[in-house]
Amino acid sequence: MRKFLPIIFVLAASAANAQDVVNPEETAAVRAHMGDHHGGATVFYVEGERLEYRSNDGDPVFLWDAQGYYGGDINKFWVKTEGEYDFSADEFEEAEVQALYSRAVGSFWDLQAGVRHDFAPFEDRTYGVVGVQGLAPYLFEVDAAAFVSGHGDVTARIEAEYELLLTQRLILQPRAELNFAFQDIPDLETGAGLSTVEAGLRLRYEIRREFAPYIGVSWTRSLGDTADYARAAGDEAGSTSFIAGFRFWF
Amino acid sequence: MLTRRKFLNQSLAMTAGFIAPGLIAPWARAAAGVSPEALMGGRFDLSVSEARVAVEGRESGAVLINRVFPGPLLRWREGDDIEINVANHLDEDTSIHWHGLLLPAGMDGVPGVSFPGIRPHETFQYRFPVKQAGTYWYHSHSGLQEQIGHYGPIIIDPKGADPVGYDREHVVMLGDWVYDNPEKLFRKLKKSSEAFNFQKRTLGDFFADAGDEGFDSAFAERAMWGGMRMAPTDIADVTGAVYAYLINGQGPGDNWTGLFAPGERVRLRLINAAAMTIFNFRIPGLSMRVVQADGLNVQPVETDELQIGVAETYDVVIEPADQAYTIFAETIDRSGFARGTLAPRAGMAADVPALRERPVLTMRDMAMSHGAHGASTPVSMDQEMDHGAMDHGGMDHGAMGHGAMDGDAQAQAHNHPTGVGVDMVAETPTNRLADPGIGLENVGHRVLTYAQLQSLEENPDQRAPGREIELHLTGNMARYMWSFDGVKFSDVDAPILFHEGERLRLTLVNDTMMNHPIHLHGMFFDVVTGDHANKPRKHTIIVKPGEKLSLDVTADAPGEWAFHCHLLYHMAAGMMQTVKVHRMAAAGADARDTHRDHKMHGGEKTNAAHEGHGADKSEEKSHEGHH
Repeated sequence: MRKFLPIIFVLAASAANAQDVVNPEETAAVRAHMGDHHGGATVFYVEGERLEYRSNDGDPVFLWDAQGYYGGDINKFWVKTEGEYDFSADEFEEAEVQALYSRAVGSFWDLQAGVRHDFAPFEDRTYGVVGVQGLAPYLFEVDAAAFVSGHGDVTARIEAEYELLLTQRLILQPRAELNFAFQDIPDLETGAGLSTVEAGLRLRYEIRREFAPYIGVSWTRSLGDTADYARAAGDEAGSTSFIAGFRFWF
Repeated sequence: MLTRRKFLNQSLAMTAGFIAPGLIAPWARAAAGVSPEALMGGRFDLSVSEARVAVEGRESGAVLINRVFPGPLLRWREGDDIEINVANHLDEDTSIHWHGLLLPAGMDGVPGVSFPGIRPHETFQYRFPVKQAGTYWYHSHSGLQEQIGHYGPIIIDPKGADPVGYDREHVVMLGDWVYDNPEKLFRKLKKSSEAFNFQKRTLGDFFADAGDEGFDSAFAERAMWGGMRMAPTDIADVTGAVYAYLINGQGPGDNWTGLFAPGERVRLRLINAAAMTIFNFRIPGLSMRVVQADGLNVQPVETDELQIGVAETYDVVIEPADQAYTIFAETIDRSGFARGTLAPRAGMAADVPALRERPVLTMRDMAMSHGAHGASTPVSMDQEMDHGAMDHGGMDHGAMGHGAMDGDAQAQAHNHPTGVGVDMVAETPTNRLADPGIGLENVGHRVLTYAQLQSLEENPDQRAPGREIELHLTGNMARYMWSFDGVKFSDVDAPILFHEGERLRLTLVNDTMMNHPIHLHGMFFDVVTGDHANKPRKHTIIVKPGEKLSLDVTADAPGEWAFHCHLLYHMAAGMMQTVKVHRMAAAGADARDTHRDHKMHGGEKTNAAHEGHGADKSEEKSHEGHH
């Protein structure tokens, strides 16, 4: 009823006041699309957040971490991908793609749900995803998601970033990532609990806001049973990388 | 909008000689005459077309009127009947809105509200009587055409004697120019709202502040801003990083020059035709006598500087000596400036002042009370308005919202949706009409304030308002969403209702950290600077961050009118609604209206008088109210 009443009102009014509007029918037709350019814009966005070479203690890898979306202010279709390519082994160590529906649920937060598919280390491993992405108080960029695999395994990942402006274009970015598993996943050599942590520090120079090369360091470590799996396989539980890469968006 | 291919086609179609000087509007050339060259009479033929414009020697695409930039100066006389034929030679719709003019709603030029717009290769005829005098302007209300040249000045000479004495006049039309497609600019803001800000606070600024005021204080102040996820340097969304700033279509290096003879009184008709830029305007070495604001005469005020919001106009009279002066219009965020020269002879120039340090927002701009977070030093809350002086005019005391008149910070209610589109609300907004404008509090010379403006003539309608509508200016900077009462225009389903003949008070509360030049079409508003009969009457007013102010309006213009923030990309992001002045004479006013009348005349304060203003913030189009 609330929405119905104005219809009656405006119809009656426009009939009475034709002199107030030139060509009321055609004006109404234009009005129907007026919102498209007064608040209804849709945006296509692509961001390569981390595209970098990592020394990885002498076993260098290329890491990519990119995302993009298409949509309006509230509803978006969001795609994320990340992974690592191992140069010496000439293979993808990890590769995943997420396709998400994203809905703005607060001033600073989007709720996201969809699917994730991993192409490496195992092909055809698919997960359901539920997560939140946004800006936490004190300006921390946060992306947190839980994943449920087709095998029923539940894992979670939290990434947080902060930006310190040394100058208007030279920006120091601390970044942390925590991975959790809610059960042992022997296939993935992952133990229950906090499985891996990564801390990084990147210094980028924004030649343009949209393009910034960077250098940095990153420290990764497996913990608990996950670390044991790594040692059993003859790997180190931790590694340090010097990194060089670039960030872009459009 | 303008694709690269279209640019190329356009330049192929034009002869080389057409491009550079030929495109400067005759009125905007260094003029020796006592008045700028204008189109005059009762009938005007305007054509809108794509063109290329060279600003500071760099060419880019434009949409121009009569192929001149800025558009031709139209000079009318109060009382005349005007006919204007606007031919659209674009491949997209266009329109001309006559900014600040009182005319029949159908002639107002807003596509989708007053008319369908002017279709490609069609001509629309505007006809209306000229009911006022003063300095005005016109611009496109279609897409983002206004950003790339689709605007021009209007001077209306009074029917009788002009109360302003002057010997010579110049139009000084301020603008901001982008050498790119404005649609791309808008999308960049949507993707990264701070992409153009290169004046953020750095680690170095932190250590400097820590040195000045102590580490704890500097840290607490950073923590407060960070905690709110806001930036105190967010003064302008689009900055000198991409804009060239213009006087009469010419960049600082082009140096527009207006000539005068020593001893003359020179009237400058200032018009801010920028898309996104509020300017601080001054002429070092000259006192300016402000004689008109938004086209209507005011009691003269002498000042040294004024902040001019997008779409505002001021007429000032100066009396220059036999030397050159720099006209200096610094952007509110101090990231750039427009500059011209006033000189007795062509080819002269004066010193160009340095840009002053960019301002940083304070707690007052955030509308938070003193000391709540123990940081920053708010501007003193001295207020010139006397609480006791307000005439309550028979209105319910509590309903009139003292916060609008008092300087005292009061807890503000928020009866509007908050959510995705609203990143903050003003806790304790204050009346800031006596403030000179962000960044001009301590400049060491006189700065104009709205409170100083007094209408030359008594206000035509001195009735006390019968009701009050409160509207909040809302936004989410990070998402680049802007709105009134938390609802973008694309989600609004009915106009704000005024009733023909009523006098009402529109109270605006700025819940954001930005200045918004708010414009109502079709009717002037009397700015409630106090209780007197000479309130300044304006078509556009800057509502400062954290401000609550009141505007009294006489609903004497039947029809539907646009009401919006005149920052072009704020409007594009949704900061627009419409006001419908409902004809009271119309037969068949339905029961709902009658019911609402009861409520209104009962003195009840309403928070946005429209229906369907629920909390549903989905993006579904809901225009039921307009069909």
